[in-house]
Amino acid sequence: MRSDRVWWLFCLVTLALPGTALAGSKITATGGARNVEGSAGGGLVPWSLMAGYGSSGEWSASAFVTRVTVDDYQLDVFGVSTGWGDRVELSIARQTLDVEPLNTEVRQDVFGAKVRLFGELLYTAAPQVSLGFAHKRQRDFALPAALGARRDSGTDLYLSASKLWFAALADRNLYLNGTLRYTEANETGLLGFGGPDGNGSLVLEAAVGLFLTDRLMLGYEYRQKPDHLSTIRERDWQNLFLAWFPSHHLSLVAAYADLDEVANRPDQTGAYLSLQLDL
Amino acid sequence: MLRKTTTFLLATALTLLLTGCAGRSAVPTLYDDLGGSDGVTALVDAFIDRLAVDPVVIDTFANTDMLEFRRLAIQHMCEISDGGCHYEGRNMRDAHAGLGIDPRQFNAMVNNLMRAMDDVAVPQGAQNRLLGRLAPLYHDVLDVKEAGDDA
Repeated sequence: MRSDRVWWLFCLVTLALPGTALAGSKITATGGARNVEGSAGGGLVPWSLMAGYGSSGEWSASAFVTRVTVDDYQLDVFGVSTGWGDRVELSIARQTLDVEPLNTEVRQDVFGAKVRLFGELLYTAAPQVSLGFAHKRQRDFALPAALGARRDSGTDLYLSASKLWFAALADRNLYLNGTLRYTEANETGLLGFGGPDGNGSLVLEAAVGLFLTDRLMLGYEYRQKPDHLSTIRERDWQNLFLAWFPSHHLSLVAAYADLDEVANRPDQTGAYLSLQLDL
Repeated sequence: MLRKTTTFLLATALTLLLTGCAGRSAVPTLYDDLGGSDGVTALVDAFIDRLAVDPVVIDTFANTDMLEFRRLAIQHMCEISDGGCHYEGRNMRDAHAGLGIDPRQFNAMVNNLMRAMDDVAVPQGAQNRLLGRLAPLYHDVLDVKEAGDDA
């Protein structure tokens, strides 16, 4: 109940930010898409980019919806984010996982913040490095508890670095991102936090993308996952995506997602679709 | 024996390759890909057309002689794209000193340049190469305090 109120307040504040100040001077696509936890990223991995198109002295606001449909599950995510001065990003997202074999659903809220520490994606020799956290609150804890999860909330902490090289491959721009994350979450937190096999893990995540044009990126992401529960095996995730940024106000990501085995259901592959509006 | 022959053949091939490359200027420079003198002039004109109506950057040109800016921008773009020109203007740091240019304005300049390249139909590959050569100017163009912030 309480986090519901925080949620709506954040949505209202974000959408109420004066539209005139939100033109956004950053280069198209450098505001990123949103990952499944609501941070600026690709699809599965948070990137070091700051959400939105606000450069120095500018605000940005954006909203997104994502649907991942694999063999036995469907994950729906929606959320909003705001950025200030290409320096700070705040985000909030609601995840709902439809567990088709059990005819039930589990939900989670994710509150995120990210700060750019140094570097500028396009212009500096050093990569753009950011530090972020994602505080997660699982809302339907019966299933995770039955599987052996210890807690219904947890906080991920991550350090992320990315860089773009102009005309690096066949005269196309090449993007790389690496993220190091400390997490207690089982299946991003949808199955709770911690378990008999561990309370927290360091995991590595990576993204590589090639800009076919200024507005179209073909990419791949890999997300290492922890394995804290003894009742189920948690496996790494990956996706192959096409991200389209037709303007500063709209972006679309379509991907083939491979989630491997999720809660004893093997070979969970399928479609990932995400739509994002930027102010 | 075999080894000697191989070495000889390799040396010959390498020599031919090197002299061949030096002998002709068939490898087009970025300047060529931008359309040579006409192309670069058209690009700078399209760039200035866009700067002139961009409220984010227009103030930084308040005290600029735009004809001189145009001449030097053409020269600079020619030099940086291996067109064989000699840029006669002040270096980028001195030219932008005291203007207090922030990342927002730098991004706006880049956006204007990208759209100008679209306006005059510069191919994507040449666009990327030119941006790659201009990107490191970030530190020189930005207000020193801002640039140092991001070093």
